[in-house]
Amino acid sequence: MNKRGLVNVAASIISILLGMLFGFILLEIFNPSAALNGLNNILTTGLRTPEKFGKVLYTAAPLLMTGLSVGFAFKTGLFNIGASGQYTVGAFFALVAGIQFGLPWYVCILAAMVGGAIWGAIPGLFKAFFNVNEVITAIMFNWIGLFGVNLALNNMPKMLASFWGAPYKNKTAAISAANKSALLPKLGLDEVLNSPYINIGIFIAILFAIITWVVLNRTTFGYELKACGYNRNASQYAGINAKKNIVLSMVIAGALSGVGGALYYLSGTAQYVIEKTLLGMGFNGIPVALLASSNPLGTIFSAMFISYIQVGGDALQPQFAKEIIDIIIAVIIYLSAFSLLIREIITRVGAKKHALQENGKGADAK
Amino acid sequence: MMLLADILSSTLLFAIPLLLVALGGMCSERSGIINIALEGVMIIGALISCLILGQLNNAYQTACKMLEAGEGLSGWWALVYRLIHDAPQLAVFAAILAAALAGVLYSLLLAFASINLMADQTIGGTALNMLAPAFAVVLTWAIQGQGNTTILIPNWTRITVESSGAVYGAGFGQSVQAFFEKFLFKSMYLTTPIAIVLLIAVSVLIYKTRLGLRLRACGEHPQAADSVGINVYKMRYIGVCISGFLAGIGGLAFTVAAGSGFQSTVAGYGFLALAVMIFGNWKPLSILGASLFFAFFKIIGSYSSSIPFLPSFEGVKSSEYIYLMLPYLVTMILLVLTSKKSRAPKAEGIPYDKSTR
Repeated sequence: MNKRGLVNVAASIISILLGMLFGFILLEIFNPSAALNGLNNILTTGLRTPEKFGKVLYTAAPLLMTGLSVGFAFKTGLFNIGASGQYTVGAFFALVAGIQFGLPWYVCILAAMVGGAIWGAIPGLFKAFFNVNEVITAIMFNWIGLFGVNLALNNMPKMLASFWGAPYKNKTAAISAANKSALLPKLGLDEVLNSPYINIGIFIAILFAIITWVVLNRTTFGYELKACGYNRNASQYAGINAKKNIVLSMVIAGALSGVGGALYYLSGTAQYVIEKTLLGMGFNGIPVALLASSNPLGTIFSAMFISYIQVGGDALQPQFAKEIIDIIIAVIIYLSAFSLLIREIITRVGAKKHALQENGKGADAK
Repeated sequence: MMLLADILSSTLLFAIPLLLVALGGMCSERSGIINIALEGVMIIGALISCLILGQLNNAYQTACKMLEAGEGLSGWWALVYRLIHDAPQLAVFAAILAAALAGVLYSLLLAFASINLMADQTIGGTALNMLAPAFAVVLTWAIQGQGNTTILIPNWTRITVESSGAVYGAGFGQSVQAFFEKFLFKSMYLTTPIAIVLLIAVSVLIYKTRLGLRLRACGEHPQAADSVGINVYKMRYIGVCISGFLAGIGGLAFTVAAGSGFQSTVAGYGFLALAVMIFGNWKPLSILGASLFFAFFKIIGSYSSSIPFLPSFEGVKSSEYIYLMLPYLVTMILLVLTSKKSRAPKAEGIPYDKSTR
């Protein structure tokens, strides 16, 4: 790891420690007698039993995918606030492939990629060809995607749990009842960890993180995408097709979010619930990406971390609201805004020292 | 006719939070700061004002019980009783002020990070958006007890025909009078007239005052503004504070419109307001039009089953979702049609660094 990377990691760790401290202070204010135990719960629940650890890995997978999606868009100069919609549409495509058409899990994941990519392409196309800010389009299409998916599910009787003999009308069918081959393989991990949550989803997500890193940092294609993000005009001058790259960035970001939806709902432990509120998983991708400074490999750790303290947060109830965890994450991100400054100071001081040494050498030679 | 009055009344009710918050976003962006934290600011404004209204209501209920029991009221109890009983709108006004103040304080966090520390405005805004609902849940949980995180809006906050004391459209016959009463008083809160006053105030401030001119200059070309002696940092602080002021009130306006009390969320209205602001081309009057337009289509969606001439999509189950999508689809189409004319403040989103002058 180079020096810049080290500074980044150090800044993130300082932010995390300060965020935790802030969380502890809140615990102390709201319920002093339970505060220490609460902190202990946040910090250790995720590792207390293999089952809890399985849950950490299970929720980390979709978080990692939406985090990658947001981070990838950040790297190419776009703000993908539409991860929620892409995640929803991706989940829908995966579930349709699995339940309606009885396809195996890997086809479901491909379907989810296509669904997410379509939903990601829309803001990209609007930005490239109509000059509409991608943030606005993405916000609009989060809702359109949610309502569209709900509308479609209500008109596909086979998709609903009620078709398969379950009493719910507002949930999709349980995959284990409808099509066992669409379940993500567990490879016996569920028996090792004694946790129903664990499956290969987290490994698929990590694989995607590595691929994303390679594409961004080791290919001409990734370089062009990043160049467009730094300066659209300059890259156009250098012969890069900026419009095409904007759309492609959003397509890839959308596909990543879509896979997140597939990983979450193909696990067999979650069923899509038809509701009128946007899914939070897409928005949680934003802190995951920010915490990792949008680095795909860093995202692996930030997704694990956020999932870990969220599992810890569930153990806080009923003495505290589990939203204390969200406060901690928010504080960490807010502080990471400071750390940009810290980073700059460190590099500036470094550069000054360097310049002084150079000057000194010049004087000696004279 | 009555249905029309219903729809118009609800349209106005839901347009008000969009209008206020979009105006706030405009003030901030005109000074050069993208305030993506509007959603969070709304929640904080709503939280503080609803807490105040809720606590006042509790005190009022206690005072009422004391009266019923035949006890005399004294000091604090007498004060609260007289306030709520005789002048409830004064209490609402105090809550609105508190919402505005809370919004200003909360948005200062964004201002500090993005102006002084030159941090990425999206990052700071995202953090504040995440912090606000979580903080609201934790605080209401701590105050009201486990799991009970809804703050109900007391009945006396609504302005009714009786309490306003005026007669509207009386000269035009019974049906017109009934129409006006329904349109104006089906759901009228103090936030509505205040929003209209604020709309005028903001328009004047931005276009007719020296401060407004300076503010706009900092959003277009801060280096040039600095070179003629305008304090860019100060202007941007003012822009962000105004946006916090308006968005805080907008949060309360949303909560009274939603009707089911404060539940630590404003259902994405902060983000929608950003869309309305862009749709309104960063101009106050266009923003008014855009928010009425969006709210109208949203209300059409929720009234779809009772409007006779709308297609009912026979054979499609849960066709209400088609209408729920409508405002978003129509807004997108209009954005495409008007995007050629759309012009954002040039320097928005870029931290001002004196050394780049």
